[in-house]
Amino acid sequence: MNKIVALAGVVIKELYRRKDFYVLFVLTALLTVAAGMVNFFNDDKIIRIVKDVCLMLIWVSALIIAIVTTARQIPAEREARTLFPLLAKPVSRGQVLAGKFLGCWLATGVALVVFYFFFAIITGSREHIWPWAVYFQAMWLQWFMLAIVIAMVLLGSLYFAAPSSTSTISFILVVGMLGLGSHLNTLALQQPEPMQSLLAGIYFAMPHLEWFDLRDFVVYDQKLIAWPAFALATVYAVVWTGIFLLLAWFGFRRKNLST
Amino acid sequence: MDPETTNVIEVKCLTVRYPKPGLKQVFVTAVNQLALAVHHGEVFGFLGPNGAGKTTTMNVLLGFVPPTSGTASLFGIDVRQPIARQRIGYLPELTYYYKFLTAEELLRFYAKIFGLSRAETDQRIAKLIKLVGLEHASKRPIKSYSKGMQQRVGLAQALINNPDLLILDEPTSGLDPLGRMKVREIIQRLKDEGKTVFFSSHELGEVEAICDRVAIVHEGQLKAVGTVAEISAGHANLERAFLEVVGYQSTCQP
Ligand SMILES: Nc1ncnc2c1ncn2[C@@H]1O[C@H](COP(=O)(O)OP(=O)(O)OP(=O)(O)O)[C@@H](O)[C@H]1O
Ligand SMILES: [Mg+2]
Repeated sequence: MNKIVALAGVVIKELYRRKDFYVLFVLTALLTVAAGMVNFFNDDKIIRIVKDVCLMLIWVSALIIAIVTTARQIPAEREARTLFPLLAKPVSRGQVLAGKFLGCWLATGVALVVFYFFFAIITGSREHIWPWAVYFQAMWLQWFMLAIVIAMVLLGSLYFAAPSSTSTISFILVVGMLGLGSHLNTLALQQPEPMQSLLAGIYFAMPHLEWFDLRDFVVYDQKLIAWPAFALATVYAVVWTGIFLLLAWFGFRRKNLST
Repeated sequence: MDPETTNVIEVKCLTVRYPKPGLKQVFVTAVNQLALAVHHGEVFGFLGPNGAGKTTTMNVLLGFVPPTSGTASLFGIDVRQPIARQRIGYLPELTYYYKFLTAEELLRFYAKIFGLSRAETDQRIAKLIKLVGLEHASKRPIKSYSKGMQQRVGLAQALINNPDLLILDEPTSGLDPLGRMKVREIIQRLKDEGKTVFFSSHELGEVEAICDRVAIVHEGQLKAVGTVAEISAGHANLERAFLEVVGYQSTCQP
């Protein structure tokens, strides 16, 4: 476990020293602040739209950070040949993957905390409501949703030639899953066979990322979801993350690294 | 098994083929039926022209490349098992380390991978930084280092776990005369401590000076193995013998 933590530490160090994401980070924070500053006659509807936009921004930024960071980990190690001195040490390839996963996931977690903190301060100062538990639930589930995404991208990065193609494909896939996931079964019913079975099959087999999206709760009624459901969603995310990490491990374990 | 009598490195009938890029079923044979044994406490030079298969053989020893056929073991343990690497130090032929870390951070990271204690890590790092002569630069990121300085970092990381076996792929390439001398001294000192060193090199003068035994490979095949004296017998020096073994003919003669 110490080895995995050490590996994760390197991922995080790289992230804050490379400074790539500072722009995205500052931009999201600034836009959130700016949105909060706008005073549209205190119209409830407009305040909601603004909050919606801010959360959307947070979702997109977090996704970009998670995907882009993860997609380059293993390819960069191979390209720069840092993987060789590393694997020449008593560390297994599975531990390397686990360390990369942990590093990326923790880094996105930190980003999320900062984003939500900004959001809470802004809405709190405008509306004088502080629904911390709602924010916690929304953030937590988003973080676990990103765990699935990160594990998936890690798997993809072993097979696609360039980090940029991994990133693009992952991003499209994730946005597709988020957008279509809940409609796929209804969509299936409107299709002729064999499309119907195919779509229904996909619906049941895919990870349902959209279940982790609590934005509406944050924007509208600040209702909490039931804690057992919350716990179940967390377990669901852990299982899917495990599946993707396992697949990645199978792929990485036997890979010939000099080609 | 008695560690003194087990071969530290043992390679048997090793063949490695790489698929030719783009072509299926066409292979480059990088190593061909290679057999090699390196004994405990030996400094062993691994020689051969460019593309002879030296790096490939080392990649097999470190488990990066699976053998197409044949076996390889370190300390009697098959190279496919990660524990085979606990007692090894490895310096790759092209050294690039995490550029955004400082030399000290890099060594600290690797020490964690070996599970060294905090106190031991501090002590080793101080010693190694001094040994490779990077005192003035150890707190700067590696991306600001020159090539030779990076090579020195590589050497330091190869020694972080106080290894019993060092596998060095062209350890002196890119180093200035002082650095080369230092590498020689380090190898000599390790030998005195009873460690085993396996390294590839194109610097035959150096090899002559420090190796107990050498092997010469050419086109993936073992062409000669023995002490420097045995191999250079009948030739002016090791370089002449090497050229003869790999079938060199001067193209400048009329
Ligand atoms: N990843 C690879 N894919 C395909 N062929 C490879 C690969 N790596 C090496 N080869 C081929 O294998 C042969 C041996 O290469 P290797 O790197 O082992 O040589 P070397 O003895 O280390 O040479 P040098 O002295 O230049 O370092 C060469 O013909 C090379 O083209
Ligand atoms: Mg080589």
